[in-house]
Amino acid sequence: MDLVNVTIDGQKLSVPKGFTILEAARLAGIDIPTLCHHPDQEVKAVCRVCVVEVEGSRTLQAACAYPVAEGMVVRTNTPLVRQTRRMVVELMLARHPADCPSCTRNLHCELQTLAERLGIREVRFGREEKGLPLDDSNPAIVRDPNRCILCRRCVEACHKVQGVGILYPVHRGADAIVAPAFEKPLAELPCVYCGQCINACPVGAIYEVDHTERVWKAIHDPSKHVLVQTAPATRVSLGEEMGLGVGAIVTGKMVAALRRLGFDRVFDTNFTADLTIMEEGHELIHRLTHGGVLPMLTSCSPGWIKFLEHYYPEFIPNVSTCKSPQQMFGAVAKTYYAEKMGWKPEDVYVVSIMPCTAKKFEAQRPEMDDSGVQDVDAVLTVRELGRMIREAGLDVTALPEEDYDDPLGRSTGAAAIFGATGGVMEAALRTAYEVVTGKPLPKLDFEEVRGLQGIKEATVAMDGTQVKVAVAHSLGHARRLLEAVKSGQAQYHFIEIMCCPGGCIGGGGQPVPTTNEARQRRIDAIYQVDRNLPLRKSHENPAIQELYREFLGQPLGEKSHHLLHTHYTARPRYRKA
Amino acid sequence: MGKASLEVTRGAAACGCAARTAAGNAREASPQDMARVREIISRLRDRTAPLLPILQAIQKEMGWISEEAMVEVAEALGMHPSQVYGVTTFYTLFATGPKGKHVIRVCASAPCHVPGAGAVLEALKKALGVEVGETTPDGKFTLELTSCIGVCGVAPAIMIDDQVYGNLKPADIGAILARY
Repeated sequence: MDLVNVTIDGQKLSVPKGFTILEAARLAGIDIPTLCHHPDQEVKAVCRVCVVEVEGSRTLQAACAYPVAEGMVVRTNTPLVRQTRRMVVELMLARHPADCPSCTRNLHCELQTLAERLGIREVRFGREEKGLPLDDSNPAIVRDPNRCILCRRCVEACHKVQGVGILYPVHRGADAIVAPAFEKPLAELPCVYCGQCINACPVGAIYEVDHTERVWKAIHDPSKHVLVQTAPATRVSLGEEMGLGVGAIVTGKMVAALRRLGFDRVFDTNFTADLTIMEEGHELIHRLTHGGVLPMLTSCSPGWIKFLEHYYPEFIPNVSTCKSPQQMFGAVAKTYYAEKMGWKPEDVYVVSIMPCTAKKFEAQRPEMDDSGVQDVDAVLTVRELGRMIREAGLDVTALPEEDYDDPLGRSTGAAAIFGATGGVMEAALRTAYEVVTGKPLPKLDFEEVRGLQGIKEATVAMDGTQVKVAVAHSLGHARRLLEAVKSGQAQYHFIEIMCCPGGCIGGGGQPVPTTNEARQRRIDAIYQVDRNLPLRKSHENPAIQELYREFLGQPLGEKSHHLLHTHYTARPRYRKA
Repeated sequence: MGKASLEVTRGAAACGCAARTAAGNAREASPQDMARVREIISRLRDRTAPLLPILQAIQKEMGWISEEAMVEVAEALGMHPSQVYGVTTFYTLFATGPKGKHVIRVCASAPCHVPGAGAVLEALKKALGVEVGETTPDGKFTLELTSCIGVCGVAPAIMIDDQVYGNLKPADIGAILARY
């Protein structure tokens, strides 16, 4: 590696050529403050918070963008630098609401943290509120352009990672805002509600539609039986929200916390993830053996499904008709379990804990009412659950590890890995292989479909048939894969698509910040959960076997068809003349 | 005192938004409008960096750039409509809605502000009976602000369509408007 010699605040050091001043300073133990900078994104250099003095340079330079050079002398902590950084942040604060306690990002806000770090106690400029309307047009995401500081991190997430390109800077100068096309409400645009913009936002300008109040209300309503389900990816991320570190596995503590919040039953979306595998695995086998439409595409990710409906309606016949595990849970809980308990479906209130904002949209889709009422009543992101746990004063470190309730709390390792990209594929292969061949799998781990590579492929021999599979995560990669399939360039039997980078562990409802480093550690944790479970194949789940015996009959049977399968609708993109 | 208001002659500006009147215009493009938009796109799409030339041509030939036109341009160029809208709203000479037959732009930059652009603007508002951004009820004039139009030597200055007027005093406004 080529090195260059630089002096930063008097420290002489050799750093790799091509490093920015920001990176070089971090090697020297100096953390230059930043705001528009994001570890997984391109350099933007629009906020000017990271300015430093470079000897020989007429003006201050942005450390995030300025490359080091041989002999460079940098000063990061001079009166001019400190004064300028304060001025920059004060100017932002002058156009930012001063109501931190009522903001969703209070105490998790990068602007607030920065102001504190720079010792800003007063804003010398007159406050100028933008007075722009809130966009709360849709069931999943709220945009508050008044809080936006124009860093453009959401724009990169929306365009480069997801490729849906909804948000963009519009107007200019003092009137500039980040807004959707034609400044329309998101509900009128082909936004998929993935929430990657939320994870990228340093402040509270974009956030989820709050469901905590309706959940508290249901919990305290004596006429309601309130059941909660927890998505696979939440057990490896709630710990971050509770200060237990990235990648902490908190399954048992989460169950204990939910019980103490007052839920009547603590169940697991992993139970219906196993059920999804039974249905989807058999659907795949049926399509393979009966000349069905191939490649079959997975249907668990509601952001991906909305993307499909807007942008790739021609693939609707390819998508599995299986509902997502969240919706299967709602349908089973309000029929099978309610009948078991002698409850009426309308007295059962189903709450989901999800790593996702698009799940809020999915839950209110009008067709998701096969139990006779809306199958899922409220969806909390991991962040919202964190808020409820803090409000209740529960010390997660002190909580015991508890078990889920029976029977909708029983699951296998195959269900756990739904939370990571490649996991649904791997879980489906574990079951499909054994159903087709009648033989136990020689090796349970399909390493080829794991990890953060954008598109992954594998071929699995099943009784002489070479089953070709592919996995894509993030809609940018999904688009590339679908285009390759469309052009005939690539041929597969089965494709898993997850809307968010890394899969659900990187979802838009996860703790902030969700960086690629956090994604990898959550993925490692989720495969750890899988390894630690005694049963690792969905068809071996005894509670699932019982569900089929007592209620459903068989996979793809009459009752399954009614309760567990759905259909999709082509949706418009933009208004055309 | 006494310097007459100056009619400054120069080349055509980027826009010639005079083609349409606001009166009776819905903010939607008709199929005929879209045929013209598609014709403009096919004429200019092979240029390097074709977005601005296409938007300029739509603005010039049609007087404003509709939402449907922006969607059409985005699809043709492989862009997202949000990007085309972002570019369109960045430039003050592009209009996203129909305007009056004549567009009056008052320079709001410092060199015009100092010798009295404010009073000129007030005189225009009074004469037209509209605020900045509005169109007169008869659809004849739209009043707007603009940043520097490059004639600081004759400040304060305004533009009406492509025509620049400089060295203005509030009293000059009546005679200038009477020309239209």
